[in-house]
Amino acid sequence: MPVLEPIIELGRGLFTTLRSMFEKPVTVQYPEERKPVKPRFRGRHVLKRYENGLEKCIGCALCAAACPADAIFVESSENSDEKRFSPGERYASTYEINMLRCIYCGFCEDACPTEAIVLGDQYELSFTDRKQAIYPKDMLLEAVAASQLLTPQKTEPGKFTRSVPEMKDPQD
Amino acid sequence: MAKMVSLTIDGRPVSVSEGTLIVNAAKTIGIDVPVFCYHPKMEPVGMCRQCLVEVGRPAIDRATGQPVIENGQPKINFGPKLETACTTPVSEGMVVLSQSDKARASQKEILEFLLTSHPLDCPVCDKGGECPLQNLTMEHASPQSRFLFDEKHHAEKRVPLGDKIWLDRERCIQCARCIRFQEQVAGEPVLAFYQRGRSTDIITSSEPPFDSIFSGNTTDICPVGALTTADFRFGARPWEMKAAASICSLCPVGCNVTFNTRREAKSRARTGTTTAGGKVVIKRAMPRQNEQVNEIWICDRGRFEWHYVEREDRLEKPLVKKNGKLEKVSWKVAIEEIGNKVKGNKEEVVVLASGRLSNEDLFNLKQLADGLGGEALLYDSLPGGELTTKYGVSAGTNIGDMGAGTTILVAASDLYHEAPIWHLRVKQAAERGATLIIVNSEATRLDKYAKHLVRCEKGEAAKKVRELGAAVKDAKNLVIFFGADGSSALAEACAELVKSRAGKPNNGLVGVWPRANDQGALELGFKPAQDLQAVFEKASVVYIVGADPIGDGAIKTQNVKRKPFIIVQELFLTETAKLADVLLPAQAFTERDGSYTSGERRVQRFYPAVPALGETKADYAITALIAAELGIEVEGRSAGLVMDKLAAAVPAFADITYGKLAETTEQWPIIGRADLYYGGTSYQNSQGLGVPLGRENKKAEEGSL
Repeated sequence: MPVLEPIIELGRGLFTTLRSMFEKPVTVQYPEERKPVKPRFRGRHVLKRYENGLEKCIGCALCAAACPADAIFVESSENSDEKRFSPGERYASTYEINMLRCIYCGFCEDACPTEAIVLGDQYELSFTDRKQAIYPKDMLLEAVAASQLLTPQKTEPGKFTRSVPEMKDPQD
Repeated sequence: MAKMVSLTIDGRPVSVSEGTLIVNAAKTIGIDVPVFCYHPKMEPVGMCRQCLVEVGRPAIDRATGQPVIENGQPKINFGPKLETACTTPVSEGMVVLSQSDKARASQKEILEFLLTSHPLDCPVCDKGGECPLQNLTMEHASPQSRFLFDEKHHAEKRVPLGDKIWLDRERCIQCARCIRFQEQVAGEPVLAFYQRGRSTDIITSSEPPFDSIFSGNTTDICPVGALTTADFRFGARPWEMKAAASICSLCPVGCNVTFNTRREAKSRARTGTTTAGGKVVIKRAMPRQNEQVNEIWICDRGRFEWHYVEREDRLEKPLVKKNGKLEKVSWKVAIEEIGNKVKGNKEEVVVLASGRLSNEDLFNLKQLADGLGGEALLYDSLPGGELTTKYGVSAGTNIGDMGAGTTILVAASDLYHEAPIWHLRVKQAAERGATLIIVNSEATRLDKYAKHLVRCEKGEAAKKVRELGAAVKDAKNLVIFFGADGSSALAEACAELVKSRAGKPNNGLVGVWPRANDQGALELGFKPAQDLQAVFEKASVVYIVGADPIGDGAIKTQNVKRKPFIIVQELFLTETAKLADVLLPAQAFTERDGSYTSGERRVQRFYPAVPALGETKADYAITALIAAELGIEVEGRSAGLVMDKLAAAVPAFADITYGKLAETTEQWPIIGRADLYYGGTSYQNSQGLGVPLGRENKKAEEGSL
């Protein structure tokens, strides 16, 4: 019946509206409320540490080489057992990422031979000037649980001689 | 001309002179046979086995002695085993297969073996990115190893082999390139193998350890990161650096170098300075190939002693003395101050320049001195050095070509310390058969290569050289290196010997100057300064550029009655600079372009590597500013334009332009391209081989002593 049809359609529409009033809302009340990010989310970088607090980053600058946006700048220096930042001979004395340049592609993660740089779950980055967008090493480094885990550490001679952890199969 | 031999490599015909090794023959047609131990500048040893190739030779019929022909083609017999391309000389009709399955399999297996004792710590290795082992692994190796991982060789990683060179025992692949370099090229066998098998180590046998001024070169030719320099340690990754061609400014050899630069944030602590703060800085100096000058080597001074240009106490702004104190002013004020003071005193102007300045700077200074009717003096030269402008070595001279028939006389000079690369090349010439005669009051490291060694008292070298006269007269070629021995008598005695040989290549005088461009200064008409104290006391205006006569004690200022107006143009606040009335900050040679004339009279161009510091200006430009203030026309817009004026004004430099100085030709060995494993990490020369000064033969013939 052509006369009743619009009314039925209208009723259907109103019913959908009525039904959704009793559903759980999908809107997240950001920033009071946050959704967890997906496991492979690529947020702001974190420089990881080993359990003993030593930095995983060895200052090899392969992340800088892989970076398509030229956002990473690394300068390296030499470790000693008195002042050890990372295992092996070399550590990053300067490590800077320009967050305005970064395109969060994750190539740095792929290039890293020690899995030191990881794109984390933080996505709230804001700056009031361009200089603030350059994150230095102390902002990127993972926090430590206890102050004795901070770098540089005084370590036993001959213990940390390898920069890159031994890997039987590089695909591990 | 050597007999030519035709052969085929990977199906491509090539014709090379008899005795050429397969690896070099392949290189001439662009086929890269992988090598580790072979180096084109050293005797082959065939110890790494990386270059194994299949070699076939034409079958010879024993009855007739003629090649066997099968189906219209000569029959080729391949040996049952592979041969090393680096030790096998070519022969007529040879067929070489470097890419056959058999050859490729062996190349792959050798790499697999090498990698069992190599740590794969490329991320922290200074060689990573320009490493022959890395390149060859990427190109030829198998992605998987069949060896037991737990049996991988581990050794000590941070062994100081000397104070400049670090050894990583684990990375060493025992190719012996460094040992052979020290033995064959440098002539200082201070490195050796110790133990055997997997325990083989490189050790140094000298005291102090690794006692050689050429030690840095071993890091260039090391095909892995086993030898690295302490100076550059973890300085930067090779791909991050830019290359700028330059000329070493520390001695008269004029070695071609490449400065690698990078923008830095702060890690300059190692150079003794504090922060770079985002400036572009020099990270290292590498040799640049010039077979006529330094081949592919540089000495450790050239490699490590450029740091002074980055010292924190460089002058950045012009200073003018007010009430006894130097105060910072603008360029305009400083130049006006000079103008005011000099305009009244034009007659007694003295320009005192150092041989560290470029040809362009010196030419402008000379123009200024001439314009003011003053004197242009060269500070700290060799007594009698001006004779080299008449009897200096001629165009076409190359120590690398000298051998039997050439006599080389080294008088009163310790080349090892004064001009190390000349030491190295003269030593090699002597080994090729050149007659080396040394006249010196002290023992030098070159003595053991001398055919005749003449000891004399200090100051008596001239007498001994005269006595040698008859002995060297019949030599086919005669080159004389002379140093300082008190008076100009030595230079005169040496000039007497080469006088009749003017204009012939590989003949003439070479002054072992204290500075890089003393030769250029003399060619441009500077007079060696004599009795500076008297000159200083007489002059009303002294313009001192790049020299520190007061600090050196050549001028004493205590009892001077009338102090002249002193203009100093310098990099640092030297003793002389402290007494200046006007102090002008100059640019270092790494910050500007220009050219030097080497002791072998080769004009070579250097390019800016880093941006200029502060308000500094190039020396030639500063001189032009002063000249303009005084109403004298001097070119100061660019170094190239100054060279054009110079070439037009000075006959010896005729026709030299910046374009010509930048020309290159193909050089052998071919180095610095993608295959770093062949020649090492020296840079290929694409920025100019330089031009030898044209001789004025006529002038030399007419000239008398």
